Amino acid sequence: MEFREHRLANGLSIVAECNADAHTTAAGFFVNTGARDETDEVAGVSHFLEHMMFKGTPTRSADDVNREFDEMGADYNAFTSEENTVYYATVLPENQDRAVGLLADIVRPSLREEDFTTEKQVIIEEIGMYADQPPFGADDKIRARHFAGHPLGRSVLGTVDSVGALTVDQMRDYFRQRYSPGNMTLVASGRVDFDKLVDLTQRICGDWEPVKTDRQVPDHAAHHGFETLTKESATQEYIMQLANGPSATDAQRFAAKLLVVVVGDDSGSRMYWDLVDSGLAESASMSHHGYQGAGLFMTYLSCDPENAEDNLRRVGDIFRRVESEGVTAEELATAKSKTSSRVVLSGERPRGRLFNVGLNWLSRQEYRSVKDDLDAIDGVTVDQIAAVLKRWPLSKSTTVAIGPLATMNSQQ
Amino acid sequence: MSQKIHSHVFDNGLTLLAEPIASLESAAFTLLLPTGFIYDAPARVGVANFACEMMLRGCGSRDSRTFVGDLDNLGVERGESCGASHMSFSGATRAANLMPALAIYADLVRRPHMPADQLEAGRMVVLQELQAIADDPAHKVMVELRRRHYGDPWGRPSAGEEAVLESADIDEIKTFFATHSRPNGAILAVAGKIDWETTVREVGKLFGDWKPIDVSPPSDGEHRRASEQLDHESNQTQIGVAYNSVPYNHPQYFQAWGAVGALSGGMSCRLFTEIRERRGLCYSVYASHHTLRDRGSVLCYAGTSAERAQETLDVLIAELSRLAAGIESGELDRLKARVKSGLIMQQESSSARSGSIAREHYLLGRVRSLDELSKLVDDLTCESINAYLAANPPRDFVVTTLGPASLELPDGVS
Repeated sequence: MEFREHRLANGLSIVAECNADAHTTAAGFFVNTGARDETDEVAGVSHFLEHMMFKGTPTRSADDVNREFDEMGADYNAFTSEENTVYYATVLPENQDRAVGLLADIVRPSLREEDFTTEKQVIIEEIGMYADQPPFGADDKIRARHFAGHPLGRSVLGTVDSVGALTVDQMRDYFRQRYSPGNMTLVASGRVDFDKLVDLTQRICGDWEPVKTDRQVPDHAAHHGFETLTKESATQEYIMQLANGPSATDAQRFAAKLLVVVVGDDSGSRMYWDLVDSGLAESASMSHHGYQGAGLFMTYLSCDPENAEDNLRRVGDIFRRVESEGVTAEELATAKSKTSSRVVLSGERPRGRLFNVGLNWLSRQEYRSVKDDLDAIDGVTVDQIAAVLKRWPLSKSTTVAIGPLATMNSQQ
Repeated sequence: MSQKIHSHVFDNGLTLLAEPIASLESAAFTLLLPTGFIYDAPARVGVANFACEMMLRGCGSRDSRTFVGDLDNLGVERGESCGASHMSFSGATRAANLMPALAIYADLVRRPHMPADQLEAGRMVVLQELQAIADDPAHKVMVELRRRHYGDPWGRPSAGEEAVLESADIDEIKTFFATHSRPNGAILAVAGKIDWETTVREVGKLFGDWKPIDVSPPSDGEHRRASEQLDHESNQTQIGVAYNSVPYNHPQYFQAWGAVGALSGGMSCRLFTEIRERRGLCYSVYASHHTLRDRGSVLCYAGTSAERAQETLDVLIAELSRLAAGIESGELDRLKARVKSGLIMQQESSSARSGSIAREHYLLGRVRSLDELSKLVDDLTCESINAYLAANPPRDFVVTTLGPASLELPDGVS
């Protein structure tokens, strides 16, 4: 296992974790742009643009792009988050050049108006699909409420209105501003020929013109509150809570990851025993998300509406108890076993390593091996978890519920 | 790629399969227990799924807390489900922890407590599973499609029927377990960093003295396939379409499967291209070959807003019908590339391999090596696929819709 990095003169970074024993090669362009970099006028453009990347380039039609990925037998896709947009493919090592060449071409798309108009309909269908699925848009609602006015409060999908009103010229402007080579990283993992990777990237991407990009990272004060949204046709009540937590650059993030395993893992955690094993809730879990300049603990609860208020009070009790008493050494040891095992299992696939290496690089310009992560997990102490809880109490949160209930008691 | 798949059948009928993969640090298992929902009495669909939930609540020397705690301390990433023919229990962890994990699962399938005082908690879990499906229209439409396409018992909803889940008592659940859980017909597959000799010896200690029992296979009920449109308050209308195909053990399976590979699987395939790329009708559209041991089907899905649902259904049926005219060599080449990569990618996941070899053994009665599978796929020709399609054109579609739109069903729909 060897880590390599290189930067082209125009600012494009290339990083790779090369593993000569791997069966496959994974590669992807990680772009430092997402919903947080948008304005109200172009809400949803990052995600829409992700779709448009597969619609063709000056030398390829959309059919060509799809056909060529399929001809390699590539496993490929893309995703957009609050702060990143990622285009990736896993292929057999013999297809490294072809896959990287194709990825590098599609991230310089034509953005033709006709394709834009057709794809807009697909995006509107995607928004409609998510609106029909739990939690029925409550995820966007709570984010907007918790981050009120802060860029991380923006929706990745946007709305039918914002996407409907978007013009192709606005998208082209956004592309020019955000897809500068200095704002992108080509990441590779698995069986990678790094020298060939650099040569090819230099040839294809070397003349991409850099422009200055920046990102607003304002401070944010969490806007706590409680909101009940009524959706009579829903069977269950879905409740989300957001509390602040360590950011993606904070050294306390490892303690935060272990804390959520103790408190809210989907099996064997305090929330699991109190709410799920007992049958009081269909699901009750918690996760940590680190961003640039901010972090979140997210709690998700789904249950029979009749039990919703009581369950929410139980979650509140769990939070207050862990804040006052901390976690036990035994709980921490179990959480370490589970987390380490997950790191090892996901690390066996080049695809799993691609996201780990890429997102670490985007967040911190840092390479971390599987062993680095295992050591960091192993080093977390009960006191460090107590320190996380002191700085970011779980009980100080924003809550949004959606389901059949008209009102809920917000006293938890 | 060097690959060896070991197998051993114990005297009690349990099949053990093992695929050592030296490049991995992990090991995974899949245990298929022949206690799926087809064994439920026709009026008691849901007892098997309820039993599966109750089996997780303590076994052997462990109560439910120590059961979960010990697996967590072993770092076992696990899952379980109640399928048609089998309940499936699977897990993956660091290789050294595989055997201790299997010892716990031996207790689970042989000595579960199914404690009466946890019955009501278990009932709430399985009932809420139904509620979650009711809130997820894309999932629900496929449950309703399988019910109308396959009929009883193969098309039963795996989560069970609400009235049964509400009324089952602990005796009924324990009786179901006692009269169905057995080694004969069970398959245990392990893959990853393992040693065959040790595995067969240790598994023999854990499962070798498990007594077989006779269970009669369920018979098919009367069934007339029929389309149906179900009302649902939502933005989108969900569309499911099913038609008959051949099962995995059929001599023309790869032809049938190859034809579906032209419809769906990659972004250059027909459904994605015609429905999403050209017309922008859907975000999600797919077709997949679904196989049981003695019958197979093609199941298709599309979700779209109410006003575009009719066009989506019309284009979908038109594309299925057009398939009868045959596929082109480029489509087959891309399918072969996809399969070749997919088989190699599986080698990087112990869980993927343990699941694959277990399922293949159930469907075929043996496991093909990756070389054998590759050769079967390499040998596929457009001529053979098109001859299959000419003799077996997609037809007699069953359509299930869920949503606000009421659609006119095209010709050729049952």
